[in-house]
Amino acid sequence: MIRPIPPGTRDVLPDEMRELRAIEAALLGTFETGGFREVRTPTLEYADALELGDGNSAGAAYRFFDERGELLALRTDMTIPIARLVADRFREVEPPHRLSYFANAYRAVTPQRGELREFGQAGVELIGVPGPEGTAEVVELLDRSLSAVDLEEAVIGLGEDGLWTALLQDAGAGPETIEKTSELLVAHDLVGVERGLIESDELEPDAIAQATRLIQLRGGVEVLEEARAFGGTGFAEVLDRLTANFESISSRSIGRTVLLDLGMLREIGYYSGSTIEVYDEAVGDLIGGGGRYDDLMNRFGLDLPAAGFTLYIERIHKAQLERGGGNV
Amino acid sequence: MAMFEELRKTGGKLKMAVPRGALLGEVLDLLDQVGVDTSGARSDSRSLVFDGGEIMLVTMRPSDVPTYVSAGAADIGITGKDVLLEQEDRPVYELVDLGIGACRMVLATQKGDVAPSEHQRRLGMMKIATKYKRIAEQYFAEQGRQVELVEVKGSIELAPLVGLADGIVDLVATGRTLTENNLEVREEILSSTGRLVANRVSYRIRREEVDGLADRLREVVEKPAGES
Repeated sequence: MIRPIPPGTRDVLPDEMRELRAIEAALLGTFETGGFREVRTPTLEYADALELGDGNSAGAAYRFFDERGELLALRTDMTIPIARLVADRFREVEPPHRLSYFANAYRAVTPQRGELREFGQAGVELIGVPGPEGTAEVVELLDRSLSAVDLEEAVIGLGEDGLWTALLQDAGAGPETIEKTSELLVAHDLVGVERGLIESDELEPDAIAQATRLIQLRGGVEVLEEARAFGGTGFAEVLDRLTANFESISSRSIGRTVLLDLGMLREIGYYSGSTIEVYDEAVGDLIGGGGRYDDLMNRFGLDLPAAGFTLYIERIHKAQLERGGGNV
Repeated sequence: MAMFEELRKTGGKLKMAVPRGALLGEVLDLLDQVGVDTSGARSDSRSLVFDGGEIMLVTMRPSDVPTYVSAGAADIGITGKDVLLEQEDRPVYELVDLGIGACRMVLATQKGDVAPSEHQRRLGMMKIATKYKRIAEQYFAEQGRQVELVEVKGSIELAPLVGLADGIVDLVATGRTLTENNLEVREEILSSTGRLVANRVSYRIRREEVDGLADRLREVVEKPAGES
């Protein structure tokens, strides 16, 4: 008789364990070389501390009461616990703070999708270094980290939160249209976005054409050139920010494609400014993500700019296997 | 065989999930117009995969398309908006409205029955049979109507005839099946057409090929009827 374990969890047997450890060791070495020191936070947190970080999507799926009736939750990522840790423990320490982590996080799954309820994350948080400089440092470290786990073909996607809102505001769209189309964009429904803009009856045909073009723009520096002709002053300001980030990243020695994606909109609620996604063609899903979250620390009472990335260990491992390489 | 190797290769030909069934004919006609070789898929071969020249064609049930595309087992695919709405939790990029396979999702009940709204007013609750649980759930919830949904897999039209449910939520194209089974449309929930979808990773990494095909399809679809 086999005693089942909950769907979305798994046992790791010795062969695979060795391979996962090799990934972690390679990443730890890279993080340390970059000046990032490892921390650990509890798997369990008070639910309201996690909600302070993100009232919406990071709302933990697993909550329960402790023996005193306090509401606890399993963390959904490490960014919020580390924001809490820095705000409470490093308040008197001169920033910047460079921290790394290796930890399991927990999210709800849809049954029978092969999704993991408990999954490994390896990542860094750079707290106290603002935009282009801080973003570029994080992207450079991400590039090194992917190389350290032999994923030379993985691609880093770079977006800028706020492009969409600014373009629509410049074109005269109301808040309802912006909210509705943003939701559709998060859901990747480009057909629905265009339809929503037309139906709103708030935008000129030219503006609709620009908006639908913007969200399809992905590529190198040429997409910045093309978008330069779009929108008004508000949009130009956000685009300048993305351009500055991209230039700062390009000035560092990065050995892989950094793909600008002007339609990238991430679901997690604490991002502001740059957003990062990591792709490898061998895996159909994102193998990592991150970005800037300059407002997050302030929710914990310490006003510092911040950025970071996380890599999904199981998917990194899968990409290695598909590529036939890795430290196997 | 070379074809099966091609399918497993990372970075090989773009793989398209092609829906079998009612949509297939229109899909293949569209693909012909953008230069994909559909002769294999049109033959009565038992094979499920065909070399379309520039892309590989992988045929499957329409409702499986989001599963394959969201997992990256296919880079792009074609399926109905109804399927995408029913499987909203499978993330794929929706790129082009292909305008094919137009149909409506409706609430239907037996001819001669009181209108569903009246039924609801009197009894407070309705029993509805459907294959589209999520769409039906959302529709009734938005209207604040209480219903009990019965999920069935086969011919839904049967359910109200034998008293399993008061009505059905189902897809209709011509409405003939409804008429022949003494049912009539009471409320329209949404209309649906075929969509071109793409995997999130392929949409970035294979963007030239994905955009190229999407642009060509868009051109064919937007061309006024009669021109060729």
